[in-house]
Amino acid sequence: MKQKRKERIDRGIKARSDDVFSLNSFREMLYVAVPPLAPVLLLVILPLVLPSYWQKVLISTCVFALLAMSWDFLVGVGMVSLGQALFFGVGSYIAGVSNKILGVPIWIDLPIATVLGGLICTVLLTPVLRLRGVYFSMVTLVLPLMLERIIEAAGIFGGTEGITGIKTFANPFVESYVIVLVTLFALFAFRRLVTTDYGLVLKAIKDNDRAVMSVGINIYWMKAQALFITGCVGSFCGAFLTHVYGFVGMPSFALDYSILPLSAAVVGGMGTFAGSFIGAFILVPLSEALRGIGGLRIVLYSFFLVVFIVALPEGIFHYIQRKYQQFERWVEVDK
Amino acid sequence: MNDQNKRQNDADPILRVENISKSFGGVKAVVGVNFDLHEGQLLGVIGPNGSGKTTLVNLITGFLKPDQGKIVYKGKDINGWAPYRIARVGIARTFQMIRPFAELPSFKNLIIPLYSPRVKALSGGQYGDLDAVAKDYLEEVGFERESAVTYKAAGSLPHGYLKRLELAKCLALRSDLIILDELFSGLSIAELASIVPIIEKLVSEGKTVIMIEHRLRELFRIADRVVVLNYGSVIADGIPCEVMERSEVRKAYLGSE
Repeated sequence: MKQKRKERIDRGIKARSDDVFSLNSFREMLYVAVPPLAPVLLLVILPLVLPSYWQKVLISTCVFALLAMSWDFLVGVGMVSLGQALFFGVGSYIAGVSNKILGVPIWIDLPIATVLGGLICTVLLTPVLRLRGVYFSMVTLVLPLMLERIIEAAGIFGGTEGITGIKTFANPFVESYVIVLVTLFALFAFRRLVTTDYGLVLKAIKDNDRAVMSVGINIYWMKAQALFITGCVGSFCGAFLTHVYGFVGMPSFALDYSILPLSAAVVGGMGTFAGSFIGAFILVPLSEALRGIGGLRIVLYSFFLVVFIVALPEGIFHYIQRKYQQFERWVEVDK
Repeated sequence: MNDQNKRQNDADPILRVENISKSFGGVKAVVGVNFDLHEGQLLGVIGPNGSGKTTLVNLITGFLKPDQGKIVYKGKDINGWAPYRIARVGIARTFQMIRPFAELPSFKNLIIPLYSPRVKALSGGQYGDLDAVAKDYLEEVGFERESAVTYKAAGSLPHGYLKRLELAKCLALRSDLIILDELFSGLSIAELASIVPIIEKLVSEGKTVIMIEHRLRELFRIADRVVVLNYGSVIADGIPCEVMERSEVRKAYLGSE
């Protein structure tokens, strides 16, 4: 019986450009240079050309891209977090409190909130580092909701009112370029990190944690480090948005900040960071664009999400990457 | 008693297992096991299925905590230590169920043991170029240098290569005590013929080896001593040919005399 099968062959230009020394034409150099340069150019130009409303959208897109990348990183270590809002919220409140109550200026405030937020989140999650799979996920899901209720019940940090009147950035360009540069830095740093020896060890923990333990590596220490890295990124996002809106309140722990990054990473393609980046740049603007149509917005948005996941379960980035690197053709084979 | 045994009995044992027991619920997996192991010995641990061999390995390597008893390695009581600490003082093991780091290429699988603090300390606090070292270890266990298998994702390797990869991971730690849990199972005669010399070489380098095995013929050729477990207790302990003569061992294996 004859049957059709899809055959995939590496493009010649890909095979040649795998080795840096064989770049011998402008076209081959472009083939290598365009994929990393495209997001850089895009993000550097966008703040200059966008109207002010869409500049705010760009900011929140970048924030969600960062949250998605940090989520992706944590998944790569075998920890599926359902609570990026924890990192986000902790960062927001640290920035809000230190700026408004202690009077720390923005540029000192941001790094402090980043590092301190990362530390606090790591400490909060340390007791559950031993949990695996869905048990870990459940704890991360509950923690931000718990902190939210604590703030409400105790009335600390402005309680249900939140803290208003926090310093904002001097002008919108500073605002945009800070987040753009951080996003780009995180994208390339994460992609680099997972290919280093350190990154391989983190990845191995996901594959087989017992084997990693048996070679003398303390996996809980490694996991705590991964949490700290993720926590820093998440806290930075929170601290940054606090200074954009000049406000911090209980919504910082909202479920949006946990779920949207997750869907961005899944739609874009997991394990690549570029996928999370692309996912966020599709989902967040899409959600904004649909704002005009009113009540049906969530329905349409969810519909798009389902279509993406069903049609491209591997994620957009993996699909694009494959098309970029390989020919595909249908061939007849005997069965 | 020959000269070699005499010398070993004079020195302190590298590993002393004293009266350790472990039960899971009502099942007594290991019951009061005792043995001493001297440096440079190759000890075989045999026994029918479910006799507690792998539990014993897990107890020694810290993956399980004994209910009672003591495990002393090089004079240190390592009882209740976390697995990573035990690995750092020099006990390496392979796993019976092999789960490689599937997405990584074979040689990158070795980066994980090579990244271990133990190896870092042994090589003077520096990691250096781990890729090159990884390939050396793979060659040592029979991966042809620069061959395709070296670069293939470990998840797609055939069984024989997986076993060798597992062994290489163990070697890379440069441990003094190496515990091989059913390394020979599922290997062809040809593959065995290439792996046995690697183990013999280890012993000749002065490493101490414990082998959990079902393939008795191959084990008896290289083992200095054999411990037989049944229902979690040691029923025999001695040199291979002698042990198999004992009636309780025959009974455990064959069900009758």
